[in-house]
Amino acid sequence: MSTTTATEKTKRQAPAGERVADWADGRLGIYSLAKANMRKIFPDHWSFMLGEICLYSFIILILTGVYLTLFFHPSMNEVEYHGSYVPLQGVLMSEAYASTLDISFDVRGGLLIRQIHHWAALIFVAAMLVHMMRVFFTGAFRKPREVNWVFGFLLLVLGMFTGFTGYSLPDDLLSGTGVRFMQGAVLSMPVVGTYLSMFLFGGEFPGGDFVARFYSIHILLLPGIMLGLVVAHLILVFYHKHTQFAGPGKTNTNVVGMPLLPVYMAKAGGFFFLVFGLITIVAAIASINPIWALGPYRPDQVSTGAQPDWYMGFSEGLIRVMPGWEINFAGHTLVLGVFVPLMIFPLVLVAIAVYPFIESWVTGDKREHHLLDRPRNAPTRTAFGVAWLTWYFVLLVGGGNDLWATHFHLSINAITWFVRIAFFVGPVIAFIITKRICLGLQRRDAEKVLHGRESGVIKRLPHGEFVEVHAPLDQADLHKLTAHEQYAPAEIGPEVDENGVRRKVKRSEKLRAKLSKGYYGEGNQIPKPTAEEYKEITSGHGHH
Amino acid sequence: MSSQHNPEETLPSEQAAARGTVAQADDPFADPGLPAHKPRIQDIDERAAKRSERVVAFLFVLSMLATVAFIASFVAFPVDKSVFIWPIGHISILHVSLGVTLGLALFCIGAGAVHWARTLMSDVETADDRHPIEAAPEVKAKVLEDFAQGAAESGFGRRKLIRNTMFGALALVPLSGVVLLRDLGPLPEKKLRTTLWAKGKQLINMNTHQPLRPEDVAVGSLTFAMPEGLSEHDEDFQKEIAKAALMIVRIQPNEIKDPRELDWSHQGIVAFSKICTHVGCPISLYEQQTHHVLCPCHQSTFDLSDGARVIFGPAGHALPQLRIGVNAEGNLEALGDFEEPVGPAFWERG
Ligand code: HEM
Ligand code: FES
Repeated sequence: MSTTTATEKTKRQAPAGERVADWADGRLGIYSLAKANMRKIFPDHWSFMLGEICLYSFIILILTGVYLTLFFHPSMNEVEYHGSYVPLQGVLMSEAYASTLDISFDVRGGLLIRQIHHWAALIFVAAMLVHMMRVFFTGAFRKPREVNWVFGFLLLVLGMFTGFTGYSLPDDLLSGTGVRFMQGAVLSMPVVGTYLSMFLFGGEFPGGDFVARFYSIHILLLPGIMLGLVVAHLILVFYHKHTQFAGPGKTNTNVVGMPLLPVYMAKAGGFFFLVFGLITIVAAIASINPIWALGPYRPDQVSTGAQPDWYMGFSEGLIRVMPGWEINFAGHTLVLGVFVPLMIFPLVLVAIAVYPFIESWVTGDKREHHLLDRPRNAPTRTAFGVAWLTWYFVLLVGGGNDLWATHFHLSINAITWFVRIAFFVGPVIAFIITKRICLGLQRRDAEKVLHGRESGVIKRLPHGEFVEVHAPLDQADLHKLTAHEQYAPAEIGPEVDENGVRRKVKRSEKLRAKLSKGYYGEGNQIPKPTAEEYKEITSGHGHH
Repeated sequence: MSSQHNPEETLPSEQAAARGTVAQADDPFADPGLPAHKPRIQDIDERAAKRSERVVAFLFVLSMLATVAFIASFVAFPVDKSVFIWPIGHISILHVSLGVTLGLALFCIGAGAVHWARTLMSDVETADDRHPIEAAPEVKAKVLEDFAQGAAESGFGRRKLIRNTMFGALALVPLSGVVLLRDLGPLPEKKLRTTLWAKGKQLINMNTHQPLRPEDVAVGSLTFAMPEGLSEHDEDFQKEIAKAALMIVRIQPNEIKDPRELDWSHQGIVAFSKICTHVGCPISLYEQQTHHVLCPCHQSTFDLSDGARVIFGPAGHALPQLRIGVNAEGNLEALGDFEEPVGPAFWERG
């Protein structure tokens, strides 16, 4: 009896929350987990919110997507429409299309959720692309984060395909045209094209299966994989700890910021609601994908100015500007006009995905990097990134060539040729210009370190000359502007070993030395000021 | 890879600051360390803090009100009532009010939480140490040793027969999964080479659903037709129309440049597949002076007075022509199927 009263007494003493936590700790070990993480430090920088936007729009997509599954019928059975959208009454359409009309016109709030889902999809992919660019331009992909870079890249690609399968589901005229486009592209594949198309569509296009098949891909297969990748991505972010920019007190071996509980939790949690709220308001007032406007899909009907969702735009550009080459031989056709774009499509994406591995091979650097680069301090990388973006946007322009033509009264022919030339030349020009700008900015930083910043105060010297007074930087700024590392270009090393025997220099070694020179050789980075230079100049400063 | 060997001297000199070691006293660029915390007005002035508290609470209350308004809108507004809102235009009142109220309810929670964090929660920056991701050498040695022991105990390396047969079994078993996918669809066979068109099938006007007569085809307009016997209620209508869709124009016979085209026409009436040979969009725009048709998807342009050859755009070959004539009732009829596959090109097309 005395033992029960004793436990009752402790029960009364401990608050309810603690007792629940005790219970959970006894089973899940939450105290040890919380000890490591509850006050974990997160650095703050506006660009770190981009990843959060991706995460939150993904969550919004899942929430609204589950709601949509309650009303959407993934079936291509033909039905006659009798819902409340008058212009389409009596029209034959697939159940998929009819149920999307019902969601839009008969389910209260259904249209809102549909529009939130679609807007969130657009924002999701856009945020992933911008987030990836943030990681790229700051060098956050370097060791130990290469694997997480790959996870993120896979999420971007899967997000594009999830979006494509999603907007194909309503089986409306616009999306059906996009599916037809995809089927045409599949057909162009040598040897296997017709087989793949038959297997994908359960026979000839469009058949009666693809909505149901896209549905399970869209709501189960791809989101399932993505959810796994998102979790892995976040676990790695936690495990590696966040990167940070160099600054006073911020080093490669620490992470400076505010604790998870309460500040980061309140900010990040609050940010979820901000993103959700903004997307909801946009969905309320800006119509997206009004599937009722054009009617159900018919393979013999089409609308003008058909455009895919923006993230598919660059593939659209590829297919529009490629010349229609076809090679016929021995009873076969090589449909280069479609197959080449189909192959360049993944190539464009892979070009950026493999970059971190190329850079780490060139530098040969095996150390961990937790301090971010300012883009100007990695001119070659930055130039490559801008070149890639130029490539991407040139293709995006090509994808809308008819819209450009009508809006700006240009000829489609001119735009097509512009895109064809810019596809090859644009990235090169962008590379050169960006590198120059970066080097200029580096020079300016060096200048600032040595001579101080322009104060805006003009002083007249005794002999009549006007000069601007330069205010010396404080130590925090001096440190910030000189904290970046500079590599020396790699050498091939002696071609003759210690016994005087010529050693074979591998081609890869030569290539690496060449690249390294392009990255870090003379003229490809501005040597940062040394302490000696600084002291020499500042000691002379007093004479002014 | 030997080329991966990096002579240490190409790496930047390990910087004192970046390594976290104490800088020499005479380094002008040394890390001065974390700056002292600057208090915010709310940290010093309790009245300012109270004001912040009221703002946060106000936002949370606003969120509650918005949720109430959401529920009220859901109940009050009929689903089919639309209103004019400038500059959006006509829009469902239910949709807008649900969206705006829900959006506000969510946004205010977020704004409240962020304002709370920014003005009232401590903003003192602190530092956590990082630890190398790589395991210490002892840990690595222990793991390798454990692994070697486990591998040895399994006999995996020694009993090659077991190892090889296991690999074989694991390699084969997914084949069943691949085989199961076989019934996803039929084999292509000749399916992409044939359409519903056949000798004697009349051309049915897509709009009137009546057989087309030569006099129905006016100069300057594009007429669409499907084969006799096909109905929009047919189960495989979509699949059949995707191949059989036809467009018909009338061109002065002396304007037809291609002799075969003229031969396959009827008094200048020519019939071509409506499906673009690029990736399969239906063609919809006709320029009557030039007899050019344009595919709206990627702007391929075909010259209908010259065998429908491609004159612009990404399509790779001409639109297939259907040979037509007139039957005993005076209606237009097909004189056979298309001689080549319609729509996008494919490997077996030849
Ligand atoms: C993960 C990323 C996802 C993306 C990028 C995405 C994107 C899209 C898009 C663009 C649409 C077309 C909406 C329209 O305008 O009609 C759509 C439709 C749909 N999605 Fe998603 N979605 C995602 C996840 C999900 C999930 C997790 C589910 C369900 C569990 C889901 C269920 C649906 C359904 C049922 C539809 C068809 C309903 C309709 O179109 O009205 N989605 N999706
Ligand atoms: S489908 Fe006609 S131009 Fe591409």
